[in-house]
Amino acid sequence: MTNLVALPIVLPLFAAAFSVVLGRWRAMQRLLCITTLTATSVISVVLLVEVDRHGPVVVNAGGWAAPVGIALVVDRLSAIMLVVSSLMLLTVLVYAIGQPGAERNHVGFQSVYMILAAGVAGSFITGDMFNLFVSFEVMLTASYVLLTLGGKREQVRSGMTYVVISLLASALFITALAFLYSATGTVNMADLHLKIAELPSGLRSTFAVLLVVVFGVKAGLFPLYSWLPDSYPSAPSPVTAVFAGLLTKVGVYALIRSQTLLFPDDSRAATVLLVGAAITMVLGILGAIAQDDVKRILSFNIVSHIGFMVMGLGLFSVAGLAAAIFYAVHHILAMTTLFLVGGLIEHVGGSSRMSQLGNMVRSAPVVAVLFLIPALSLAGVPPLSGFVPKFGLIGAGFTDGQYVVVAASLVASLLTLYSVVKIWIGVFWSPATEPTGGAVHAVGRLGGPLLMVLPTAALFALGLAVAGFAGPLYELCERTAGDLLDPRAYVEAVLGR
Amino acid sequence: MKRIVFLDQSVPVIFHAVLVASIYLLFVGHNQPGGGFVGGLVAGAAISLRYLAGGLDEVRSVSRFRPWTILGSGIAVSVGTAIAPMLRGDPVLSSMGTEFDVALLGHIYASTTLLFDIGVYMVVVGLVFMVFEAFGEQDTPPVDADAHGEVTPS
Repeated sequence: MTNLVALPIVLPLFAAAFSVVLGRWRAMQRLLCITTLTATSVISVVLLVEVDRHGPVVVNAGGWAAPVGIALVVDRLSAIMLVVSSLMLLTVLVYAIGQPGAERNHVGFQSVYMILAAGVAGSFITGDMFNLFVSFEVMLTASYVLLTLGGKREQVRSGMTYVVISLLASALFITALAFLYSATGTVNMADLHLKIAELPSGLRSTFAVLLVVVFGVKAGLFPLYSWLPDSYPSAPSPVTAVFAGLLTKVGVYALIRSQTLLFPDDSRAATVLLVGAAITMVLGILGAIAQDDVKRILSFNIVSHIGFMVMGLGLFSVAGLAAAIFYAVHHILAMTTLFLVGGLIEHVGGSSRMSQLGNMVRSAPVVAVLFLIPALSLAGVPPLSGFVPKFGLIGAGFTDGQYVVVAASLVASLLTLYSVVKIWIGVFWSPATEPTGGAVHAVGRLGGPLLMVLPTAALFALGLAVAGFAGPLYELCERTAGDLLDPRAYVEAVLGR
Repeated sequence: MKRIVFLDQSVPVIFHAVLVASIYLLFVGHNQPGGGFVGGLVAGAAISLRYLAGGLDEVRSVSRFRPWTILGSGIAVSVGTAIAPMLRGDPVLSSMGTEFDVALLGHIYASTTLLFDIGVYMVVVGLVFMVFEAFGEQDTPPVDADAHGEVTPS
């Protein structure tokens, strides 16, 4: 059982190696990568069940015990994130294979994608801060390549912003780690939990805020989000879907993990997080309203909704954290589905600008349905999956008396509804406009190639399943939140005492 | 690109010496400064010398394998070494070593870590090849006909 822990990292790496070598045989390459991601999905589900029953699973790489060696730890939070991310990576890979463009024109796509998968899994599984840095870098390096696949001028321009900002954040991260190490003499998270508590309180708060800044850049938190809406929409749509759904959530995961595990109650950056969350929610959604391009509207929606998750974290209560985790699961599924639909819209209409699209409810009814439900879910319409965590967040906010943040979240939800309805009207309802000159594909009843519609529908169904099983899932999230606020079991599992 | 006599003559000599040094670093890496990454970088420096002397063709002549094959096999060797112990039920990345005596070489300690390092070495060397493959193509020579193929004594 414990041996499964390393597999979500090493299997994709292994597949990456072989898909480089298999470059000439594309069918073999695809089969290999799909098999690998299916395997990691199954392993993640097994790990989730195991961890939920028996507590955190720890593997010390090379047999060197923590805090000296490298600990790989899967607890409930890691397992939940692993399950959602690997399922989502799998479906997007199938979509990418089905879509004319990015994957077909680049032999290296599969290997880079696999390395991205390994980096994401590594970020969730690692039990020490330095390897969190390494995993982030693996993931980001792969993302630089994916973002600029095709090498269009616009892509390279926005890619540069992304690379520069990410490198700055990484430099800050490694500097923060160096300080952390010089202050405590360890980078193992469980060990840090014990050692940070012994530091003077001013120093602790400084570290907490420093890490919020580092991970805030990755997550896209105010005022560090300016790179996001610019860089994401320019990439090929499956790539944007992965970035939108997953990469920011890895930042949110790192925020949740570092704030809850490393810092004791009195030195967590709660106020900073809550203020940041409120501003992020409102500014992000105001940005969305001003846009015309479908992908850009969705990108600003990502920013805004990161605020919801961070709000849940900032409350530091079981109810708030549980809602934040549920929100992350919901948001990964809904956002990815919407971006995949964005790709379908582009495929059908030849553009993603609303001023050039219209009447798609007639020409592609399946796409319309695939868009509408996740979009309403994003806005938090009951009984869809977005409603549950929003309700939880607002309840938790009221319990803690954080009325300003609650008000901001209500405004943001309402405006989210406005922004997605705007897409709905612009793309699907309004009368068709002049053709754009972009490549318009002849589509059948499905509204796209089967391999593009099927994965989108699978994620769509997964989103509905989350809404259907909201009860048990919410209980799981509450148990996870309980673990996070009382990390004794985690520390004990890693350090063996 | 202007050719420089000094480089043209010295690179064939230095190249092999630097490669030997890189392999030395690869092998001592277990207990002393060195290892696959550093060894690979030194080998990369040797390949860069070949580039300075003769351009991309000279780099291509170093190895008959394609760059991505070297890089891919390198990752495969390293990750394979990492996974292999798991088949025996040991944690990922565990290593085994044995000691034995060989005539001439003396007492030797061999560890599976070396395989991992060899993989890393291949990745770095493969990457260097790829970088030259991607960015090393010379622009068309300058219009000035006299400058073409000129040999500058240094």
